[in-house]
Amino acid sequence: MCLAIPALIKSIEGKEAEAEIGGIIRRVSLWLTPEAEVGDYVLVHTGYAINVLDQEEAEETLRLLEEIAEIGGDEG
Amino acid sequence: MKFITEFRRADLAEGLISQIHRRSQTPVRFMEFCGGHTVTIFRYGIRQILPSTIEMVSGPGCPICVTANADLDKAIALAHVPDVIIATFGDMIKVPGSRSSLQQAKADGADVRMVYSTMDAIKMAEENPTKSVIFLGIGFETTAPTIAASVLQAEDKRIRNYYVLSLHKLCPPVIRAILDSGEVKLHGLICPGHVSAIIGSHPWEFIARDYGIPCVVSGFEPLDILQCVDMLVDQIEIGESKVEIAYRRGVRPEGNQQALKLMAQVFEPCPATWRGIGEVTDSGLKIRKEYQHFDAELAFDFDPGLPYEPSGCICGDILRGVKTPFDCQLFAKACTPQYPVGPCMVSSEGSCAACYHYGRDFEG
Repeated sequence: MCLAIPALIKSIEGKEAEAEIGGIIRRVSLWLTPEAEVGDYVLVHTGYAINVLDQEEAEETLRLLEEIAEIGGDEG
Repeated sequence: MKFITEFRRADLAEGLISQIHRRSQTPVRFMEFCGGHTVTIFRYGIRQILPSTIEMVSGPGCPICVTANADLDKAIALAHVPDVIIATFGDMIKVPGSRSSLQQAKADGADVRMVYSTMDAIKMAEENPTKSVIFLGIGFETTAPTIAASVLQAEDKRIRNYYVLSLHKLCPPVIRAILDSGEVKLHGLICPGHVSAIIGSHPWEFIARDYGIPCVVSGFEPLDILQCVDMLVDQIEIGESKVEIAYRRGVRPEGNQQALKLMAQVFEPCPATWRGIGEVTDSGLKIRKEYQHFDAELAFDFDPGLPYEPSGCICGDILRGVKTPFDCQLFAKACTPQYPVGPCMVSSEGSCAACYHYGRDFEG
């Protein structure tokens, strides 16, 4: 029920945005994320963006997991 | 970066799995609080790939599952009030209350409509000025701010035929209740990712501090869960208990301040009754006095009757992590997703539904 899906903001008008989710454009409310900008990925829950996703943190996490995979390979 | 497929990479999963197997020495029991995590764990077979030292149990993190029959009965009774439209998220429609369900009420002539968002419910109120639209406010901290926003939108637009039945629940207080009951011994907690997107990671700190239980906030892709388990194992093996965030792309320690502000503007904490757990202090949200003209419970005269629990259903024990769906004599026999007896089989994120769809080849 707390499902939230990443969506790419394409345009903003007032407190509403058009955002792409899996190739489909949907209207998304920005009441909870007034800081969101065009080009941001937001987490969409029941039509509301509940957070702006942090691309740098995502890349950092993947880098960490790649390091773990390399260590696992060396020791395996 | 699409934020989905990157976190399903098999090569990275293998690395984490081998690291978990290498590091995990101490037998532990971890609880995933959130129903969304339960689904990921079952769908990707994560329980089966973890070492035998790690036991996973599901918690009460499914808002529909934990809604008490007495509260479901209120929603069903409101559906029968003349000139009322019930607007609800889809999962609620099939959930059986004491004597009926919203689906049954609809079959009996009540106007029950599924919506994707509160924005749809507001629009419905504008388009149906002679009717009263009651939105069923079911959900945790993830959903409550969206419902607060709908109340504020209705106030802005002076919409006077929009109401909310506030049955929201708050997660940290119920975790405290579960830990205080002592019924299930936990060594680590996978904290809900999207609840934490709103409240941040600080509200979980009492669990690490007062109960000595490591906590890690996780996302919902398979790599997120594996990384979270790896971080919990790391804390266990070095003898620490603290709150960490694995889901850093979606959760900041301070949460979403704007969402918290709107939620606090419209709602205030109140006692709430959880299925299987009972009444928990300050674990619910009621509409504040300033906005009480939106409160469906105050605006309508209705009689939900006395609540009644179906015999044989052990959803309450499953929600506390004390029993599993495989312990239930009704599971996959009298109780199936097509003909559910208890709510954990109705909601797509309920433990019983997850076990039914993904877990039956492995146990039972």
